[in-house]
Amino acid sequence: MASVIEVRDVKTIFDERVVHDGLNLNVNSGEIYGLIGPSGCGKTTLLREIVMLQKFHAGKINVLGNDLSSISHDNAQKLRREWGVLFQAGALFSSLTVAQNIALPLVEYSDLSKEMIDEIVEFKINLVGLKSNDANLFPSQISGGMKKKAALARALAMDPKLLFLDEPTSGLDPISARDFDRLILKLRDLLGLTIIMVSHDLQSIYDTLDRVAIIDNKKIAFEGTLDEVTSVKSEFIQTFFGEVK
Amino acid sequence: MSNSSLATSYSDNKLSLNFSGELSLYTIPDYQKQFDNLNTDAVNHVTINLEDVSFIDTAASIFINNLQSFYQNQNIKIKILSSCKDINDTLALVENQKISSSGLPHANRDTFFYSFGKSIHDHYIGLLAFINFFGELFATKVYYLKSIKNIRFKEIAFEVNESGIKALPIIAITSFLIGLVVAYQSAYQLKIYGANIFLVDMLGISMLRELAPLITAIVIAGRSGSAFTAQIGAMKITEELDAMRTMGFDPFIFLVVPRVLALMIAMPILIFVADIMGVLGGMLVANIDLNISPTLFIDRFGDVVAAKHFFIGIFKGPFFAFLIAIIGIYRGLKVKDDTQSIGFNTTKSVVEAIFAVIICDALFSIAFTNLGI
Repeated sequence: MASVIEVRDVKTIFDERVVHDGLNLNVNSGEIYGLIGPSGCGKTTLLREIVMLQKFHAGKINVLGNDLSSISHDNAQKLRREWGVLFQAGALFSSLTVAQNIALPLVEYSDLSKEMIDEIVEFKINLVGLKSNDANLFPSQISGGMKKKAALARALAMDPKLLFLDEPTSGLDPISARDFDRLILKLRDLLGLTIIMVSHDLQSIYDTLDRVAIIDNKKIAFEGTLDEVTSVKSEFIQTFFGEVK
Repeated sequence: MSNSSLATSYSDNKLSLNFSGELSLYTIPDYQKQFDNLNTDAVNHVTINLEDVSFIDTAASIFINNLQSFYQNQNIKIKILSSCKDINDTLALVENQKISSSGLPHANRDTFFYSFGKSIHDHYIGLLAFINFFGELFATKVYYLKSIKNIRFKEIAFEVNESGIKALPIIAITSFLIGLVVAYQSAYQLKIYGANIFLVDMLGISMLRELAPLITAIVIAGRSGSAFTAQIGAMKITEELDAMRTMGFDPFIFLVVPRVLALMIAMPILIFVADIMGVLGGMLVANIDLNISPTLFIDRFGDVVAAKHFFIGIFKGPFFAFLIAIIGIYRGLKVKDDTQSIGFNTTKSVVEAIFAVIICDALFSIAFTNLGI
């Protein structure tokens, strides 16, 4: 399997606090990959570094063959069209309706006709399990779960190869959370996505993830499948996964 | 609150404390007072009897625990009598916590020099950040204005309407009233010298050259500058800006440049309207108070007020607009992830924008006068 994302010896320092001290990981094409760790260990920070929202201080991150520390402006713009990002609270544009939010990347980046865009938007809305009537609501008028679904539809608008999810099930009730897990699995199979997610939700971790990286003490404490995880001696891993066994 | 009591009995150097009823945070302050008044000099044995206590909360447990260590430190033997499991558990919980905790860290109070230096340093960093923002703005402007199709006409038109056209009524009224007031106050003085007609000179020049641009800028700083900060600040908190970046939409192109350009387009138009309304206000006072008919007023206006005054006023517009827009947006981008910071930055943006406009106006004033314009 080809690796889609490679992280090598990444260091991150906030003021004087070292967050990452030499992280290494590999995400293979087609898998659902989880970043797990105690709060404040820098999972979201790593995710933000991979999607070029934040700079890292040393090391290399390679995404779809592009080295992020030396990427040119044009290549960066190209790369951004090949991924979708789902933020924790959705981050839908509050001045646009759900449909306009989903249509935005299509309007900006393609020369498709309005009818065609409407059709694509409707398809994406149904794909993520929203109803067509929700299309004209504003983000402030819909529930948290719907916001996440709408944001997922927007992330999928350009049919990306890579999907980043930042705590996709946090703040959802257990039933919606399981629905969301099923949706993610379904989308991976349907669209052949590679999914990288940050999660705290044990159930969702066991249901969806193929491989995980566990960040603890500024380093990767473990990388591999969930079956092998409990063999590792780490306080976090033992408390987090210990109870399930 | 609750019916609890403390009975102390003292004999043969032995102090026994008999608590009864509910021991909770409501009752312990009274007991504390009782202990403060207690003379323990000759005591060498203390018995705390909790047999009659029906309930103990954590605050009371801490109190008992403190008593224990207080007496132990004085080498007084202490015994706690309690057979209720719940009470013993609560006491044990407090005891264990105390062993494992290292105490709250003391909040360090900064010395005067430290906080003074820090505030200077923060301002310095703030200035650098603003210069950085400025540079980024110019870089993106140049980069994107290479091609005409990169200009986001729709957003610019929207913003011109939002912060320009919709501001017309308030600008018109404010300027009209300022013209009226200035004319009314000067009319009173001019009448004394019989110099009624000079009202036109005075009003025309001051209004066109200074007052109309300044009033417009101040109203717009309050109206649009604050709106820019709040809008962009809120977008930052909800991660909308991050979402834009990951989608490859540069916030500078989508949010910053259209707002700056729109305000720079709208400002001269607004100043033009402010000119008209200000002069109209003066004309009204001249007619009522000084018996200068509108025809005479306009005749005189054409004779004495040169067109350059009008053009100088309009010329300042885009500069003021630029300052207001970039300060508003810069403050919006500075908003951190808390709601307080929106209010703080909005206030700052209005104050700084007005201040910047006045400084800019002063510089223009000196420059133009020295150039003989």
